[in-house]
Amino acid sequence: MINLVHLEKTFKTKKGKVEALRDVSLEVQKGEICGVIGYSGAGKSTLIRCVNLLERPSNGKVLIDGTDLTSLSSQKLLLARRKIGMIFQGFNLLKTATVYDNIAIPLRLTGLPKSQIDERVTKYLSIVGLKDKTDAFPGQLSGGQKQRVAIARALSHEPEILLSDEATSALDPDTTESILELLLKINEELGITILLITHEMHVIQRICDRVAVMENGKIIEQGKTVDIFTHPKEKTTKKFVNSLFNHQLTEEVFQSLQGTGKIVSFKYIGSSSNDPALATISKKFDVYPNILSGNITELKGTPFGSLLVHLRGPVEETEKSIQYLKDQGIIIEEVAG
Amino acid sequence: MIIEFFDTWGSDIWEAIIQTFQMVSISLSISIVIGLPLGVFLVLTRPGKSLENKYLHGVLNTIINIIRSIPFIILLFFILPFTKFLVGTSIGVQGVIVPLVVYTAPYIARLMESSILDVDKGVIEAYEAMGIKTKDIIWSVMIREARSSIVLGLTIATIGLIGATAMAGLVGAGGLGDLAYRYGHLRYEVDVMYVTVILLIILVQGLQSLGNTLASKLKKD
Repeated sequence: MINLVHLEKTFKTKKGKVEALRDVSLEVQKGEICGVIGYSGAGKSTLIRCVNLLERPSNGKVLIDGTDLTSLSSQKLLLARRKIGMIFQGFNLLKTATVYDNIAIPLRLTGLPKSQIDERVTKYLSIVGLKDKTDAFPGQLSGGQKQRVAIARALSHEPEILLSDEATSALDPDTTESILELLLKINEELGITILLITHEMHVIQRICDRVAVMENGKIIEQGKTVDIFTHPKEKTTKKFVNSLFNHQLTEEVFQSLQGTGKIVSFKYIGSSSNDPALATISKKFDVYPNILSGNITELKGTPFGSLLVHLRGPVEETEKSIQYLKDQGIIIEEVAG
Repeated sequence: MIIEFFDTWGSDIWEAIIQTFQMVSISLSISIVIGLPLGVFLVLTRPGKSLENKYLHGVLNTIINIIRSIPFIILLFFILPFTKFLVGTSIGVQGVIVPLVVYTAPYIARLMESSILDVDKGVIEAYEAMGIKTKDIIWSVMIREARSSIVLGLTIATIGLIGATAMAGLVGAGGLGDLAYRYGHLRYEVDVMYVTVILLIILVQGLQSLGNTLASKLKKD
C-alpha cells in the first residue's frame, strides 16, 4: 500500500546541511496500523510528510499502490493526495468556519456534488461522535473534539490511507485514549490503512500492528509490535519499551541487591501471564524470587506483562530456574547495572 | 445662529461631504482591487511558498517601499504627467483619484500581506494535503481566515485615505479638508473650520467603530 524506498531528505539551513532522512525504507501493508516512533528531531515528521509530498524527498521513491508520487504532474498529485487523509498535532481547522463547514468546504473544493456533501458530513460526524456539534465553531470545542472534527474531515474524502502526524501529542491522557480507540475503530470498520508517527510508546502499544524506531534520520529497528516489545535490540528501542514500565532502581538499591542474587526482567505475552511462574520456581528450585516492580499492560488487546525480579539463592539454582522459565516461553533477560 | 450658519455654509459643506465620499469610495474600491491581489501575490512569491520567486518578490517589495516613502502631497504633483496620461485630466475629483490609488494600493497590499502571513500555516498545509488547488486555498483558507484582520487593515487604510483627500484641494478636487483649509485658514471663517473638523472626527470615529465591530463579528473564536 505505502512503500517508501531509500528516501533521503537534506535540508539546507544557514548553519549547513541537515540530513533529516538517511536511506529510509518502510513498507506499510493494506489494512494495517504502522507506527513510527522516535525522539524529536529523529526525522519522523519529515518521513510522514514525504508520504503525501508535503515534503519532497531529495532522493528515493514514494510508492502508493505501486505509483511513484514523486513522478506525478502537479495535477495528478492533487488527485493522489485526495486518497490520502492526514491529521495533525495542531488539528488545523478553519477558525472562521463551523464544524459542518470545516468538513463541507474541502469537499466542495474537490468538486463533490452538493447533495453528497451533506450526506458525507452527517455520516462522518456521526462516526466520530460529534453529530450534535454541527454548528459549533472550533473555538468552542475541546482539543479532543477538534481532533475528531479533523478526523471526520480526513475521512469524508473516503481515503484509503490515513496519515497521523502526532495527532494525540497535544491531548491529555483520557482524550488520547478515546482518539486512539477511534483510530482503531476506523481501521477495523472502514479498513483504512494508518501510518502514524509519535513519541509516545503508549500509542504504539495501544493500536499499532507494526512499529519502526527512528533515530538520527534512520530507521534503526522495525518489525511486528509484539516482537519489538519482547525482543528490543537497539538501546533506544529498549528505552522506549522500558518507558511503558517504570522499572527504575536507584544505583544503591541495585548494587546491594546484586550482592545476594541476580536481577532479571521478565516479559510475557498472552496467556502465559496468567500462570504463577514465580511461585512455581520458588517451589521447584532453591530460589527466593522478590518482585521489585511490575506491570501488566496490553499490546493491542493481548496481555503483555513485565516484571523486575530479584532472584535470591545459589548461582546454580538461579541459573536452573532461569532456564526453566525460558522453556516455559517466558522472555527473560538479566539486567546489568 | 445655527440656522444662520447653515443658511450661509450648508450647501458648501454638503458639497464637500459628497466630494470626500466620492474620492474615498472610488479610490478605495480601485485600491482594494489592486492591493488585495498584490498582497496575496507578495505572500505567495515569498521563499518556501507555492509561487516562490525571489526576483519578482524583491522587485515588488522595492517598488512598494519607494511609493510608501513619498509623502502624498509630493506624490500628487510628482505623478501629474502620469495622471494626465491615464485619465486625461489632472484636476478635479477625477484627477485626484489616480494619485490617491497610487498612494493607497501599495499600503493596502502591505496590510493584506501581513494579515495573510498571520494565517496558521498548518491549516494551509492541511488543505494542500487534501489535494485542494492553490487558487482555492487562497480564497477559502488564506483570505477567509484573515478576513477579520483584513477588515481592520482596510479600516486603517480608509482613514489614511480620508487624510490624503484633505490635500486634494490643491488640485481643485474639493472635499472637507479643502473646505476647512480655504475658508477656515485662508479666509478666517473659524466656524467653518471647526464644523468641518468635527465632521471629520465623527467620520473617522464612526468608521473605526464599524471596522472593529465587523472584525470581531468575523472572528468567531
